[in-house]
Amino acid sequence: MFKYFEPNKIFSITSRAPKYVLLIFVLVISIGLTEALILSPEDYKQSHAVRIMYVHVPSAWICLGIFSAITILSITGYIFKNTHFFLIAKSLAPSGFVFNIIALVTGSIWGKPTWGTWWAWDARITSMLILALFYGMYLLSWRIYENKEQVYKITTIITILGVINLPIIKYSVDWWNTLHQPASINILEKSSIHSSMLFPLLIMTAAFALFSLLIFLMKYNTELIKIKNKGLDRL
Amino acid sequence: MNGYGIYVWSAFSFTLLSFTSLYVITKIQFIKEQKKFVTKFGTLSSEKAASAKLQNINKDILSNASKI
Repeated sequence: MFKYFEPNKIFSITSRAPKYVLLIFVLVISIGLTEALILSPEDYKQSHAVRIMYVHVPSAWICLGIFSAITILSITGYIFKNTHFFLIAKSLAPSGFVFNIIALVTGSIWGKPTWGTWWAWDARITSMLILALFYGMYLLSWRIYENKEQVYKITTIITILGVINLPIIKYSVDWWNTLHQPASINILEKSSIHSSMLFPLLIMTAAFALFSLLIFLMKYNTELIKIKNKGLDRL
Repeated sequence: MNGYGIYVWSAFSFTLLSFTSLYVITKIQFIKEQKKFVTKFGTLSSEKAASAKLQNINKDILSNASKI
């Protein structure tokens, strides 16, 4: 099955895809921003400060999703000795890291008008900061280690250790008394968020997912050309 | 925005600035590697260049680079 995902076969698709993804992203983010900043209603408690949710929540969701994907790819790549999976994981990491930083910074900005402070060593915020450190360690490992076998092993260990933090992030608001509010959106139960706010949130999530796909494709193509550059040296 | 404008606009601005920076950095890295590939390919002997061109991926990189 893995042979269908060989870089030589899919480069013709991945090299053409970014311009279309960029076009769709611009379209979706324009709708999302109009909804988030103009059309969606203000909150009865938080007033217009609630609009920060439309950038904070999608960023947090996507950085968690990307880290989960990186972990699965690293473990699968390590078990099946498939280096292509590591390449995909490496290409996903920069956007995951940036979304993590966006979630932390916008969370901090949101914290000031709602909690009266920019930062608190609260369980949710601290566990998100720890995730950013794992992203940082993961990205640094690719820069520091030259030996491929060593970097595959180290990045897999980092992702396995980092993924333990994901359920802590998710359930931190239930397990501890935190400043951070509990989840408003629940897949299995009824969500406490009104549809007038849920719709822009989903649009912004789609836009952010498209942006991470765009960065992934560009980074993946760059990594493939890097490999081909080394290949030309050996010719 | 009832006094919350500074918070809302700074959160959205930071997000869009991060997006732009990440996009520009990734694009620069991509173009740099593509240019490096074209330069290296140009230094190959005709035999080696012909053998390298047998791989579709190399052909794709060269054709994409010519569009820049």
